[in-house]
Amino acid sequence: MTLLEDELEGHPLGGEEESDQAALRSPARLTAFRRGSGAITVPVLTTVIAFLAGGLIVLASGHDPVSTYTSIFTGTGLNWLFPWIGGAARATAAGNLQQTLLQATPLILVGLAVAFAFRAGMFNIGGQGQYTVGGIVAVWIGSSFAGMSPVLHIAFAIVAAGLAGAAWAGIAGVLKAVTGANEVISTIMLNWIAIWLGVYCFQLGGPLQNPKMPQTPVSSNVVAGAKLPVFWGSAQLQGLDVGIFIAFALAVVFAILIKRTRFGYEARAVGFNPEAARYAGMNVGRTWVRVMLVCGAFAGVAASLDILGWKFNLYTNDIQVSQVGFYGIAVALLGRNSASGTVAAAVLFGALLTGTSDRNIHLSIDPTLVQYLTFMIEGIIIMLVATDVITLRLLKGGRRIAVALRSRPAKAARPSGHGAS
Amino acid sequence: MTGSAPPILELKGITKKFGSVVANDRVDFDVAAGEVHALLGENGAGKSTLMSVLYGLYTPDEGEILVDGRPVEIHSPRTAIDAGIGMVHQHFMLVRVMTVAENIVLGQEPSRWGRLDLKAARARVHELSDRYGLAVDPDARIEDITVGAEQRVEILKALYRNARILVLDEPTAVLTAQEVRELTGVLNRLKRDGAAIVFISHKLREVLDVADRITVLRRGKRVASVPRAGATEQSLARLVVGRDVVLSAAKRHGTPAEPLLAVADLHVGDERRLEKVSGVSLTVRSGEIVAIAGVDGNGQRELVDAITGMRAPASGRVRVDGREIAGQGVRAATEAGIAHIAEDRHLRGLVLPFTLAENLALREYRSPQCSARGWMRLAHLRERAGRLLSEFDVRGGGPDSYAAALSGGNQQKVAVAREIASNPKVLVAHQPTRGLDVGAIEFVHGRLIEERDKGRAILLVSLEYEEVRALADRILVIYEGRIVGEFSPDVSEEELGMAMTGGQVSRSEAVV
Repeated sequence: MTLLEDELEGHPLGGEEESDQAALRSPARLTAFRRGSGAITVPVLTTVIAFLAGGLIVLASGHDPVSTYTSIFTGTGLNWLFPWIGGAARATAAGNLQQTLLQATPLILVGLAVAFAFRAGMFNIGGQGQYTVGGIVAVWIGSSFAGMSPVLHIAFAIVAAGLAGAAWAGIAGVLKAVTGANEVISTIMLNWIAIWLGVYCFQLGGPLQNPKMPQTPVSSNVVAGAKLPVFWGSAQLQGLDVGIFIAFALAVVFAILIKRTRFGYEARAVGFNPEAARYAGMNVGRTWVRVMLVCGAFAGVAASLDILGWKFNLYTNDIQVSQVGFYGIAVALLGRNSASGTVAAAVLFGALLTGTSDRNIHLSIDPTLVQYLTFMIEGIIIMLVATDVITLRLLKGGRRIAVALRSRPAKAARPSGHGAS
Repeated sequence: MTGSAPPILELKGITKKFGSVVANDRVDFDVAAGEVHALLGENGAGKSTLMSVLYGLYTPDEGEILVDGRPVEIHSPRTAIDAGIGMVHQHFMLVRVMTVAENIVLGQEPSRWGRLDLKAARARVHELSDRYGLAVDPDARIEDITVGAEQRVEILKALYRNARILVLDEPTAVLTAQEVRELTGVLNRLKRDGAAIVFISHKLREVLDVADRITVLRRGKRVASVPRAGATEQSLARLVVGRDVVLSAAKRHGTPAEPLLAVADLHVGDERRLEKVSGVSLTVRSGEIVAIAGVDGNGQRELVDAITGMRAPASGRVRVDGREIAGQGVRAATEAGIAHIAEDRHLRGLVLPFTLAENLALREYRSPQCSARGWMRLAHLRERAGRLLSEFDVRGGGPDSYAAALSGGNQQKVAVAREIASNPKVLVAHQPTRGLDVGAIEFVHGRLIEERDKGRAILLVSLEYEEVRALADRILVIYEGRIVGEFSPDVSEEELGMAMTGGQVSRSEAVV
């Protein structure tokens, strides 16, 4: 894993005022800055602060934060790692840890979808939409083509879901490259389109609704051959499937793409300084599109792993309440847009989601409070890690829109420099 | 004007350390009312640190500051302003979407009934700008005015806050020759009005033009304070660098051979499609430096962009060694043999958060040596960077250091190294020594002449009269997007200045 560590290497920027100023000019640079200065310390500290703050809220509500957190921790299954846990407790812990990792799997990939865009200077809010489109395609392919060879069927569904997510994100990339449309706005809009597209597909009488259950707004079930094999725990009890290895592998692909390939070099150059990238002969618009394609593919694959791994079908309600894409933003931010950081943050969020879900909560604790704790902790984390990044990003985006509107007549097919401010 | 008046501002024995680096070492400095006192030194000599101490941005480790003979504690810009100190920074601190008047009053807005009284603000701005000849339109937005006007706004901001001591940090770095003259006029008026002016610069000539007294800093120490009378460029250069400096590169005439760059009837528009280059034709031959001289904003940027592929021309031809590249983009230009030292190393020339190895690859990253089948050849990039850094004497970092961590002069050397290393037929050097100190300028100039003598065709675009004269084999003057004259390098400054500002040009005999 030296590659992943490599990516987190320090960023020895000196105290020179000039370079400080320059570095703060773009959020991508800012992230680069951050990743360097305290690559590990800051996110860990952030998490600790968030948990402490959450503890204070529990305390204020008249409950005992220690027992609450103990209960959450037990719920995550992370106590499975303690060798002294044995017997029935160990079996329960294993089941919980399987859940945690199942939750972490899509979060890794959606996190990478956000992180990759960040590295290229874009803010991909569209993880949710890309995930949704990927899910629709995965469930459609997974529930059709019965009798296909399992390996081929699974590969087909995953690849197709990835392509669907890529295409979906690619729309935002093309819009940005051709018209200068801000990707924050277009990906948010695409999220809604994707969600209602999904609802349309699986609603009563929808084109992909389960014909055997005409009164239920749900897709058909994934056929047995297209289900991902469970390697830990029982398939009947939603054990851990091999999807997580695909997520890990794609995290390694992410790190390699960023650090070792010409595409990654171009993407980072465009992210740090689009005008310098243009000066180096790079096609900035094309790079934006290609980066968004990769982002969408990550998110699309995320959905296919959920569908083929443990969901097996999609209710219209699932599509509407899913938050995976938005957790992905938190994951990427907390993980500082690096591969290893994203994986770590995804596991943390997976654990948080599992630890606070209804079935794992000890009876002595107020379940609503604990559930809201997840949101509170998530919110605090995002606030601490990201407020300035997001604000800067949006500010820059707003300014870019203003510039685009004002100079619309001069807009050539080739994107002209944005850095000229 | 010197010596007689008591100083309004005195800095005594200022010492400022950053870790083990001593940025200021017991520096004394003072300035009297009605005096321009220049602070001269190379990049990194400690000028900016000293002024940051004065402006309350840094707390000195030792020493004291006296205003009107009384010691003052300056621990923030606010207290500096209250003490009557005004600062015009090198990088302007203006809100680009706001108007001139709004920027000037920002933070001390005149108000009526709690509402911003823009009328009063505008009136006050008018009064100040009339009094000192600082022509600005109070209602123009900052993003629409020239750099020179932005600077005038910064000066007005300080005056609006009743500054009696005005510090100008490298004020001419961004100005055209014409604007520098205007600034000199403004400074003279301020002086007459009793202001004390600290003028920070690394340009010897300007300091001699403007200052009454000159203090030289070298490596954080004050090496001398001399009156202007008696000082010469040569004597100041020796103080600044600590050794004798060749001020104009020793230049033999080039031996031009076959034409490598041929531009014919080029028309280029700017972002708003206003024509900025109107029918430029020029030829640069192998072994020749052709300089484009002109006042900033006369189409130089658009011309350079069109030649280097950054911008598609409206019409016209650009040929590199016979190959047509007009409007085909940067990659086509690069492949045809064009290299481009960018005007602004932060905006274009470098990716500051990239390592030096990555930065040095920007021009050639697609070449088979740098990347193969989509993979970057990182080991090669690092090894290549090490070679270039030592060849171009870049100090302060290795292949894995970040470009942002280098000083401006070394950053520029990196940009120059990369472009020359791409082994171009045609090298377009746009303001290649902007913001550099004497030593670095000497290096870049020497290197450009060396590359000329290797047979490259060099198109130099510069606003610096001396640079143009020192390097060029031929000088073309650009005015309002047209080439209005061709001169040999021994042209007089007056004649060149006349042509650059659109005066009558007797088309002097073309020089071969």
